[in-house]
Amino acid sequence: MAHGPATLADGWKAYISRWVFTTNHKDIGTLYLWFSFAMFILGGAFAMIIRAELFQPGMQLIKPEFFNQMTTMHGLVMVFGVIMPAFVGLANWMIPLMIGAPDMALPRMNNLSFWILPFAFAILTSTLFMEGGGPNFGWTFYAPLSTTYAPESVNFFIFAIHIMGASSIMGSINIIATVMNMRAPGMTYMKMPLFVWTWVITAFLLVAVMPVLAGAVTMMLMDINFGTSFFNAAGGGDPVLFQHVFWFFGHPEVYIIILPAFGVVSQIIPTFSRKPLFGYSSMVYATAAIAFLSFIVWAHHMFTVGMPIAGELYFMYATMLIAVPTGVKVFNWITTMYKGSLTFETPMLFSIAFVILFTFGGFTGLMLSIAAADMQYHDTYFVVAHFHYVMVAGAVFSGTAAIYYWLPKWCGKMYNETMGQVQFWVAFIGFNIAFMPQHFLGLAGMPRRYADYGLQFADWNMVSSVGAFIYGGAQIMLLFNVIMTIRKGKPVVEDKVWEGAEGLEWTVATPAPYHTFEKPPLYK
Amino acid sequence: MSLAVSNRKLLIKLLLGAVAMFAFAIFVLPPIYTLFCEITGLGGKTSSEYTAVDVRVDTSREVTVRFVASNNALMPWEFRPTMDKVVVHPGEPTEITYFARNTTSEDMVSQAIPSLVPNNVADYFHKTECFCFDNQPLAAGEQAELKLVFIVDPDLPASVNSMTLSYTLFDITDRTAFPVAQIK
Repeated sequence: MAHGPATLADGWKAYISRWVFTTNHKDIGTLYLWFSFAMFILGGAFAMIIRAELFQPGMQLIKPEFFNQMTTMHGLVMVFGVIMPAFVGLANWMIPLMIGAPDMALPRMNNLSFWILPFAFAILTSTLFMEGGGPNFGWTFYAPLSTTYAPESVNFFIFAIHIMGASSIMGSINIIATVMNMRAPGMTYMKMPLFVWTWVITAFLLVAVMPVLAGAVTMMLMDINFGTSFFNAAGGGDPVLFQHVFWFFGHPEVYIIILPAFGVVSQIIPTFSRKPLFGYSSMVYATAAIAFLSFIVWAHHMFTVGMPIAGELYFMYATMLIAVPTGVKVFNWITTMYKGSLTFETPMLFSIAFVILFTFGGFTGLMLSIAAADMQYHDTYFVVAHFHYVMVAGAVFSGTAAIYYWLPKWCGKMYNETMGQVQFWVAFIGFNIAFMPQHFLGLAGMPRRYADYGLQFADWNMVSSVGAFIYGGAQIMLLFNVIMTIRKGKPVVEDKVWEGAEGLEWTVATPAPYHTFEKPPLYK
Repeated sequence: MSLAVSNRKLLIKLLLGAVAMFAFAIFVLPPIYTLFCEITGLGGKTSSEYTAVDVRVDTSREVTVRFVASNNALMPWEFRPTMDKVVVHPGEPTEITYFARNTTSEDMVSQAIPSLVPNNVADYFHKTECFCFDNQPLAAGEQAELKLVFIVDPDLPASVNSMTLSYTLFDITDRTAFPVAQIK
């Protein structure tokens, strides 16, 4: 075998060994990204089943028990299997290139943290075929629904969560070590690209809260199998404790999902505005402020649980406070574009859509943060619409932008701009048709997580389902675009793929060689 | 310090941090939560033995106290309150009883765990005497009247005019030696 990675020409055995045993950050990044796309198809299929059933009132296609499994699995797969691995994949690919490091700090642990993930999701998905079905208690798995009343398969679910947590923690430690120890000479902390900054902060959040999630499921495991009563009121425990522990993890988790997305658009918007990012240091401080605030607002997810009024007020005001650093970020992106030489290539379109739709989702978040109003909104489709605006139009749009933006650097081929833009508009329109009506449904009182609904909700549900199918189709177009780029894309020769791009990742050859920065570059 | 060494040091530090957070979730958060609920009176857990200090009885108010009993899934005993509810004046000590019978052919020890709704008034429900302060040993086939004396605090918020006290009975025979001497 020649120097370099094994290809198919070296035979199947060598090719498979390359991917299984790889410690190369680019290979592992690629594995993460493809794995996350595979999970995206799976989680998307669950979503299509949900929306097909909700197309009309009454039960048509599936049984309510299966519907509950679909909503649960859709949430779990999308959060833990799609968004988180996708951003870890981007981090693996881009962070060493952006800071001038030859590889990740702990390459063998990097391999391990990826390769345990497919097992975790194989275990999780296999529960659907078990007697009693898969997890059916919602992705937040509140006790006692997930303990006393859970299907037998809950133990597999708990084990899968443990594995995912271990994977995330290892991935985060790797990112922290890489950034802290392996920056090129001259790359001080305040010169790091914003994507690196947001990821380092995210990684610290992950190390802090993934163990709390592991603790929550471990307590569930003990309640179910070993007779403890952490969450069992009859034994002196308290199911509300579960909600506190879960959201102590869960609220930082939503920032874990969105902070790397902030980083991605903070790279892309300056490139296509041909201006440096406005307010770099305020971006860094705002990210850190959001990360800090994320630890002290968790109970705004449980306003209806019966908190004292002082608690409701505290969590309400603290939550509203998050709008301040987030607003700083939004205004910085807008100001970066202001008087820039703007062009609207596909990554830029997705990034602008991100800014608009994420801000919209942020505003509905502010509405939900009002404790008194939340009594009405709680557990309705308004909440569903809110978090899909921040997670799908937030994390997924920015992930898509990142793929279009860096794909030419990864594979040395340019995607078809027309097809990229068509995909953007289909995704943008489909997304809004799918989720905008869910605001109306929620305000009208339609509760989430039910397989059926009253006749008065019929029309908007049908519209929402049509939008969901369009948005699903847009993801198939994305897959098609990526495969066509890799197979038939026009070769790119410039190191700097985008004329307005800045940063070390654009100083290496295109496509990025298997080994880069074996001698650290000097960064000015 | 070489790069590999400093990477490994950072790895160990961060792993220890993760383990500490795991321990925090399991060993620190639940006790903190329980303590917080005790201090604030949230969570529906009634407090331990109370010595009456205040003798004023508010005869102008009536509060209905309901009683509920349930068995843990592994507990075969017969267990029920001898009355469904009692109407009391705040400040007035009231005695009620629960009935328990060991339906098995083995000597067993039980423990009753209380819970009160509405759960934010648990601080206003005082027990001066309660079978739940101790464990309850019953020989095979034995039965007992279990005594409870309580006082509803006169400072109970005016909006509350009824409360429900629930006991769940647990089998703790495995954890406790059966106190033979206590059997009559």
